[in-house]
Amino acid sequence: MAAVNPVTGAIAGLQKWIHDRAPGLDAAYRKHVSEYMAPKNFNTWYFFGSLALLVLVNQIVTGIFLTMHYKPSAAEAFQSVEYIMRDVDWGWLIRYMHSTGASFFFIVVFLHMFRALIYGSYQKPRELVWVIGVAIFLVLMAEAFLGYVLPWGQMSFWGAQVITSLFGAIPFVGESLVEWIRGDYVIADATLNRFFALHVIALPLVLLLLVVLHLGALHEVGSNNPDGIDIKKLKDANGKPLDGIPFHPYYTIKDLFGAGFFLTLFFFVVFFAPLFGGKFLEYDNFVPANPMVTPEHIKPVWYFTPYYAMLRAVPDKLGGVIVMGAAVLILFVLPWLDRAPVRSYRYRPLASKLILAGFVVAFVYLGYAGYQPASPGLTLLAQIATVYYFAFFIFMPWWSKLGHFKPVPERVTMHD
Amino acid sequence: MTKFLATLVLAAAAPVALAAGAKFPVEAANTNLGDRASLQRGAAMFMNYCASCHSAELIRFSRIARDIGLSEEQVMQNLNFVGAKFQDTVTVAMTPEDAKAWLGAPAPDLSLTARAKHQGADWIYTYLKSFYLDESRPAGWNNPLLPGASMPHVLWEYQGIQRVVTEPRPRDAQGREQACRHGEVANACFVRFETVSPGLMTEAEYSGLIRDISNFMEYIAEPAAMERRKYGVWVVLFLAFFTFLAWLLKKEYWRDVH
Repeated sequence: MAAVNPVTGAIAGLQKWIHDRAPGLDAAYRKHVSEYMAPKNFNTWYFFGSLALLVLVNQIVTGIFLTMHYKPSAAEAFQSVEYIMRDVDWGWLIRYMHSTGASFFFIVVFLHMFRALIYGSYQKPRELVWVIGVAIFLVLMAEAFLGYVLPWGQMSFWGAQVITSLFGAIPFVGESLVEWIRGDYVIADATLNRFFALHVIALPLVLLLLVVLHLGALHEVGSNNPDGIDIKKLKDANGKPLDGIPFHPYYTIKDLFGAGFFLTLFFFVVFFAPLFGGKFLEYDNFVPANPMVTPEHIKPVWYFTPYYAMLRAVPDKLGGVIVMGAAVLILFVLPWLDRAPVRSYRYRPLASKLILAGFVVAFVYLGYAGYQPASPGLTLLAQIATVYYFAFFIFMPWWSKLGHFKPVPERVTMHD
Repeated sequence: MTKFLATLVLAAAAPVALAAGAKFPVEAANTNLGDRASLQRGAAMFMNYCASCHSAELIRFSRIARDIGLSEEQVMQNLNFVGAKFQDTVTVAMTPEDAKAWLGAPAPDLSLTARAKHQGADWIYTYLKSFYLDESRPAGWNNPLLPGASMPHVLWEYQGIQRVVTEPRPRDAQGREQACRHGEVANACFVRFETVSPGLMTEAEYSGLIRDISNFMEYIAEPAAMERRKYGVWVVLFLAFFTFLAWLLKKEYWRDVH
């Protein structure tokens, strides 16, 4: 006891001081971090959860700095973004981190959702985790759309025009609803102002709350794994799962590596290809919003194109809006559509794997089709892909239980 | 300059261009933001010719001076013709009323032109190369990249005057019209440009001149581009090294997990 390092002593003292006053914090730290037992066989797919959190933090921090210089008015918005790009110290870096972050958010979230799909992470008892996750996805789409309007370029303006007019397809209340959303008869200053409020305050608050609930719900039931095995079934003498390891330090360190790899790619894009060939920031959006000139080809940013292709695939406007909305909403009920006796696709029949592969092809094709100008051939294929997308879910209660399932092992398997 | 002004006046009451997607191939300009001499020559040409009608309201004279290596004195004496202050942005010498009278509408701001086109500076380069005589236009000029635009060929003295040679669209066996192979101009297929009267420069000299202008316009569209690439190398190298260390750390921590 003689030679106590003063720094260690001070930290221990502080810990004791806090523990005496808030013993619950300690318990929360143990429950969610140091004694949260995660399966030891997480593979590459399991990086995307922590990466989504990393991008969320990036969006919030860069977003705060952008709001310090951005002017949410139709007269000044475009200029103020260019002011950030040119006159604000490191403004270009902050802006590119935010705009690139938006696209990377969707890359990460799409992969995160696909991970849940292939390992059956939405199945009982994790339905709530999945349902909250889909809600996050929905809010994220709204957040991204609102943010895209703020630079007030041609694509911002006309994108807002197209998306808000979709609500006009709703019978009876459509026209008044559109006017209520826009705050004017057309997309104008009032629209920009409210979109700014929603983008920087309302939706981020909802998003953060949902993320907390998503993690809370996950930690109640514990993480799934690539084998879809319940690791709580087999425990050691201390009651710890045999295939579980504490989240900290094992996964905090592993995710640190994942974050490093991700940030290397992310900053490569930020510094060397921030427009990403017109996909992350569109060329037409470097032209100030002009209500008198319609761009030749109005298209959404890449992450909305699968849904945009579905909208265009339906000849009727109201029908298209319903199909587009249903494409996202149907994800909510996925846990009750899957009737497979196993979670992971590793132990599912070949036919199921092929049906899933077809779903991926259909979704990626829709993303491609939504990016191109409409043509009859493209529309026909997009219609086929849309039908496949919905058939995948609607017929899942039947196809998911057909075929020969492989036996699921008792213990998890380590692959990579 | 008098000839230039005369051309401008000829452009009177030209309608605003409807930039309907011109299908004309764009040539590579091979611009290089690292070439300061080219940027300086481009700046001089831009201020002398483009900035008489077009503004570049997002770029400051002081920023140009710093980025392309000129002194305040050099910029204020050689590039500033509108009596602007050193910290001011590049505004246009012509009043909006005159612009309306001479051109039909104020000429667009050029700050972001190189970013607003997916071909970037190559588009500007090809555009400045492709003006041809067209009697049907008020100013006497037309351009396959922006058909019907009211802009006259400001640099005609250097390039000379050219006219366009076209051929009818090819037809298939059933007699249906096919797409042009080398680009479309004036509702027909482009064959080549033919010199009507030579300019002060050879073709190579003129290409160099418009390459400089395209280079400068690429620079003003994103002044941060030079810094971005410079810092980017170090950031990415650092992160790659950090990732390697994190990987070693992960391996060490995970040694007891089987």
